[in-house]
Amino acid sequence: MGNNHHLKDQIAVRSRTIGMRLFLIYVLLYLGFMGIVLFRPDVLSWRPLGGVNLAIAYGMGLIFSAFVLALIYMVACRGRSPDA
Amino acid sequence: MLYDSSPVAIAIFASFVLGVIGLSFWLGRKGQSAKGYYAAHGEIHWFVNGIAFAGDYLSAASFLGICGMIAFYGYDGFLYSIGFLAGWIVALFVIAEPIKALGKFTFADALDARFNSRGIKFAVAISTLIVSIFYLIPQMVGAGHLIVPLLGLPHAVGVILVGVAVTLIVVTAGMVSTTWVQFIKGSLLVFFCGILTIMILNRGLLLNAGRQGEEDLRPQVQTRTSDGRVLVNGEPQTAENDLRPVGTIYKLPERYGDARETGPLRPLEYLSTLEDSQIVTWSAKKHTDNKGMHTTFTPTIRDGKDLLKPGGYFKGLSSGTLTDRLNFASLMLALFCGTASLPHILIRYYTVKDAAAARKSTVVGIAAIGGFYVLTLYLGLGAMTSGYLDPTSSNMAAPLLAKSFSETLFAAISAIAFTTVLGTVSGLIMAGSGAVAHDLIENCFGVTMNDHEKVRAGKISAVFLGVVAMALGILFKNFNVSFLVGWAFHIAASANLPALVMLLFWPRTTKQGITAAVSVGMVSSLGWILLSADTFEKVYGLPRGDSPIPFSQPGLVTIPLGFLVLVFVSLLTPPQEPRQVVDA
Repeated sequence: MGNNHHLKDQIAVRSRTIGMRLFLIYVLLYLGFMGIVLFRPDVLSWRPLGGVNLAIAYGMGLIFSAFVLALIYMVACRGRSPDA
Repeated sequence: MLYDSSPVAIAIFASFVLGVIGLSFWLGRKGQSAKGYYAAHGEIHWFVNGIAFAGDYLSAASFLGICGMIAFYGYDGFLYSIGFLAGWIVALFVIAEPIKALGKFTFADALDARFNSRGIKFAVAISTLIVSIFYLIPQMVGAGHLIVPLLGLPHAVGVILVGVAVTLIVVTAGMVSTTWVQFIKGSLLVFFCGILTIMILNRGLLLNAGRQGEEDLRPQVQTRTSDGRVLVNGEPQTAENDLRPVGTIYKLPERYGDARETGPLRPLEYLSTLEDSQIVTWSAKKHTDNKGMHTTFTPTIRDGKDLLKPGGYFKGLSSGTLTDRLNFASLMLALFCGTASLPHILIRYYTVKDAAAARKSTVVGIAAIGGFYVLTLYLGLGAMTSGYLDPTSSNMAAPLLAKSFSETLFAAISAIAFTTVLGTVSGLIMAGSGAVAHDLIENCFGVTMNDHEKVRAGKISAVFLGVVAMALGILFKNFNVSFLVGWAFHIAASANLPALVMLLFWPRTTKQGITAAVSVGMVSSLGWILLSADTFEKVYGLPRGDSPIPFSQPGLVTIPLGFLVLVFVSLLTPPQEPRQVVDA
């Protein structure tokens, strides 16, 4: 019983560590977008992706990266949790 | 604009809505104990819960508000999509698993799990109520807007219809029924918006929205006379003398030569072609004289590349004034921090069995919600160039886009939008009724209730909240629903997030610190909103310059303030031994 609690605590700490790292990656991406919108909006007219401008490409990228990071988190935590 | 109602559209709409309500009653018929009523017995499957997250979250603001904002102002509506989705990252990586382990029925349970403090219960219950009510307003406004063109009934009737239907859903079966309404609605919304996007891409871009001849570029004037009549261009408004629908392509890129349409386009090609086109948008200017209030809608030809970058709605991003930039940064911070602080989202974590299910359902939610937000860009731009927009109502852009394809699709999309409102409002009323019955009456005021009485108290609270929601929905009729929902995010993020994050990550947090942070965050953000220039202008009808607040969106100040207050008060009060955490 005690061992099980200890294992659960360890798993929770590991999940939290992984989660915080992925969270920081997303925060950096989000801050990068905000920085461009607020301080260099002219850059957003640049068209890097099949004629689509940076404003749309970065915005779509933020949405897709949220999904990708969420998947990485789910895979990384799978097998660590006794109830997963 | 005036709208005709078609019997076929009404029949499709009625069968859709009644079907969803009937199914939710049938599926939710078992939730009669307190745990069943408030938390669906903790037995909802993680996948169903994940889609129900989408159902809960993709409210009228996401569907009607964002599409309308993109259709009216271009790219800036998409900034709401980005911010709304980013909030789920906070929910997944920071909040989901710990909150599942801490709580039982409501958000207050989680914050109070370590302390058993009446102060925390009271402050959190009041904050839950205020956030829920602020989130309810745009949903009810959206419901009213849907009813006008579909059934030809006044806005207030739509508000009352949704209020009655939702109260029935919540009172009948609580969280089980609410979850199933949200699951059905979330699935339908993403599926039908996907279909609509395919149709937009398949249609491509058409000069003058497919109509023959040149676009009519004359201004139009709508007048509301002091005796309540509505005039269009000086004559009484009738079906024959009504405002022209607006929003078309004026010029296609050079490569299309004399062609009047592009034909089917691939997703990226659609965006790049629109960027190289010219589009007829319009400006609305109001002035009042002794005859009444006049609104002049003036068509303006704009380059697509200007509409597909920020600055159409958030004017300060292009003009570069400091207060406008602060306003925008503040909104984006509130959207990022607000999602994981919304009580009706947080209570959904109690409907699954464990932390792993909470995590998996959040990932499913992010997939469904993220997919939907990508679609909003196409829906908004499709509406902008459909030639069907009502210049008086941005909230009607998505249903009218569907109408540009067919009446049947219009009825189906309107019905889905209506069930969207039903799903979100039922979740909000659940959260609010839990705050009143479980947190305030039972835990804070110490009224002892048996299981049956707890459920009855929740149902009575739900009816009360339903009535309040209907009244506010009628009062705030003329606001864009995304704008309104932004207020709820500011209050939720300012009042709830500092307490939640610090409770989870700072062991020195005390009960006095949490109570103070929730109270200060709630009062400061609410006060800021009530004194802001936007509220002065749009609610009180006073000049913007009379507002004592430097910028309208409070989050940039009030979210850090909540953290500071919590740290300061916790350090001033003695550390407390945590009590045994309630097992979820």
